[in-house]
Amino acid sequence: MDPLIGALVGAPLLGAGILLVGGRRLDRTGHWIGCLWAAVSFVIGVVLFADLLSRSPAQRTLTSHLFTWVPVAGFQADVGFQLDQLSMTFVLLITGVGTLIHIYSVGYMEHDENRRKFFGYLNLFLAAMLLLVLADNYLLLYVGWEGVGLASYLLIGFWQHKPSAATAAKKAFLVNRVGDMGLSIAIMVMFTTFGSFAFRPVFAHVGDVSQGRLTTIGLLLLLAACGKSAQVPLQSWLGDAMEGPTPVSALIHAATMVTAGVYLVVRSGAIFNAAPTAQLAVCVVGAVTLVFGAIVGCAKDDIKKALAGSTMSQIGYMMLAAGLGPIGYVFAIMHLVTHGFFKAGLFLGAGSVMHGMNDEVDMRRFGALRTYMPVTFVTFGLGYLAIIGFPGLSGYWSKDKIIEAAFAKGGTEGWTLGAVALVGAGITAFYMTRVMLMTFFGDKRWQPDAEGHEPHPHESPKIMTIPMSILAFGSVFAGGLFSINSAFLKWLQPVTGHSDGHSPVATWEITVATLVVLILGVGLAWQSYGRQAVPAVAPRGSLLTRAARRDLLQDDFNHVVLVRGGEHLTRSLVYLDHTVVDGAVNGTAAGVGGLSGRLRRLQNGFVRSYAVSMLGGTAVLVAATLLMRGV
Amino acid sequence: MNPANYLYLSALLFTIGAAGVLIRRNAIIVFMCVELMLNACNLAFVTFSRLHGNLDGQIIAFFTMVVAAAEVVVGLAIIVTFFRSRHSASVDDADLMKL
Repeated sequence: MDPLIGALVGAPLLGAGILLVGGRRLDRTGHWIGCLWAAVSFVIGVVLFADLLSRSPAQRTLTSHLFTWVPVAGFQADVGFQLDQLSMTFVLLITGVGTLIHIYSVGYMEHDENRRKFFGYLNLFLAAMLLLVLADNYLLLYVGWEGVGLASYLLIGFWQHKPSAATAAKKAFLVNRVGDMGLSIAIMVMFTTFGSFAFRPVFAHVGDVSQGRLTTIGLLLLLAACGKSAQVPLQSWLGDAMEGPTPVSALIHAATMVTAGVYLVVRSGAIFNAAPTAQLAVCVVGAVTLVFGAIVGCAKDDIKKALAGSTMSQIGYMMLAAGLGPIGYVFAIMHLVTHGFFKAGLFLGAGSVMHGMNDEVDMRRFGALRTYMPVTFVTFGLGYLAIIGFPGLSGYWSKDKIIEAAFAKGGTEGWTLGAVALVGAGITAFYMTRVMLMTFFGDKRWQPDAEGHEPHPHESPKIMTIPMSILAFGSVFAGGLFSINSAFLKWLQPVTGHSDGHSPVATWEITVATLVVLILGVGLAWQSYGRQAVPAVAPRGSLLTRAARRDLLQDDFNHVVLVRGGEHLTRSLVYLDHTVVDGAVNGTAAGVGGLSGRLRRLQNGFVRSYAVSMLGGTAVLVAATLLMRGV
Repeated sequence: MNPANYLYLSALLFTIGAAGVLIRRNAIIVFMCVELMLNACNLAFVTFSRLHGNLDGQIIAFFTMVVAAAEVVVGLAIIVTFFRSRHSASVDDADLMKL
């Protein structure tokens, strides 16, 4: 079975190679080739999953060593794969949701002349993400990590003829680079500390290393996770990444990319468990992002940007859970999987709405779409119920567990984190209800687009609605299925470990509290956007609303602190260079030049003056000799 | 007679020679002054030889004479050639060796 692991990565990589090298002659069939290789990868994933299930839990780790990449004494970099329950979960999510998004894209990108290239990039994205989750060492993981960065850059900037898309792609790439730097330094520190960067030896020797080293590695890994997973303070790229085609947003937000940070933290659980400071930092980052993303999501009128804020917030939940240690790892991954279903479904639904509305994204120009797009409405609605945590649906099972685990951390931290997670659930209910009401309910607020075309909302073709329906199915049932008999917990426990915390609050109390904030959130949204007509032009809004529309001033912050700061720094460095460094160099040159100009006058060609200098020199030498003898 | 007097004489002759080299422009006289300095040295050597009671100084005096003779041959040749080309025996006219 082991060679199959390589094939898992190889299939989409081969697809990307065929599509990108094949050129225009594949234009007519390229999209199906892309879907095929994604599906092949999914089938291999299912086969491997069946194989793992047939083994006893202790033997569910498959390894496959391909070749030694850098064989140098004292530095061994291997290309090897490790498939365990954690990787398997990701593989199924990535290939499953990825394949559905591929199929959806066939319809969505039908009129785009570069559809073949698009599918090539999608395949590349899958391959990079699979490499990331299957690597058995951090260096190979880093290769996948960078591959994901590259693929996201290519896809966000896919419509690069739009300057905004090109800028967004650049921004995503650059912000990710900051995180990547964290990961590369973490690997270097890891190598100097452990002498290796393969998972197995590193995790085995965590106990022999000083706390400070582990905290350093943990914080650097957190920086890396912040970059990829769009967590505060490296979150600013996510909203702009909506410039890419909608299936890309779905792929980035559900199956690949943003989940990489959570994977990294959970995978490095052994390190974080031994470094409580780093763990707390993960929790804080998660909690801050959770609220941050939710607030941004409340204010956006662009449907995709509202969903982007929601992703940020949901990933915040996962980071929060991952930072809780063994009581949270399993639930972080569980929420990641359920979120993969409903967020992909929501994005594909948003794409379907845009498809029917001449690519309009402003929710203030939607309204009353439920009768025009019944399938989209139902699938989107199920995704909506799942994300707000409607009892029985996927989000309910995973999010409640995270809130519970946050309380179970204990102490003031537990109460604070739990309260933040609880409030976050309320805000989630508010902004998602807002999206739902503004898009599908209320009055028609459609307006002709810039070229004067009146929108004719219509349901999307089957090739788009079927993947949406499958994802909606997952959004409804995945969480429940995972929770039967704690199946998901038992599945992941051998890898991540698990301990039940002692929650100071009873489980039913948390459930009730969650439901109360849920109803409050929905009610508030209904009050503002359901009962009253939605104005077609956004009202001025409070100070917070205006700040949230500007992504809570994150770009302004970056501009003032980083861009201006960087400019001032470079200016002052240039000034320093011109005055001090160049001054020293030019001064030395001028000094030597002036001195030699003076000395040159001695060389006057008159024998007699040479004789004077000879005589003088001799006299000095004799005097010196006499003096030295005297001493 | 006190040997120190010979040394005083030697110093005096050397000083006259050095002053002549520095002050006079005529190449022949400069040349003669150089000879004067050499012979002042010779006198000092011979005096020290006498003082120390060995022959080292006298030997060196002979060497000096040989060197001086050779120098005269070369130096006079240069002066004659210079005079032929410049019609002057002033050392200040030979100032081309400068930057």
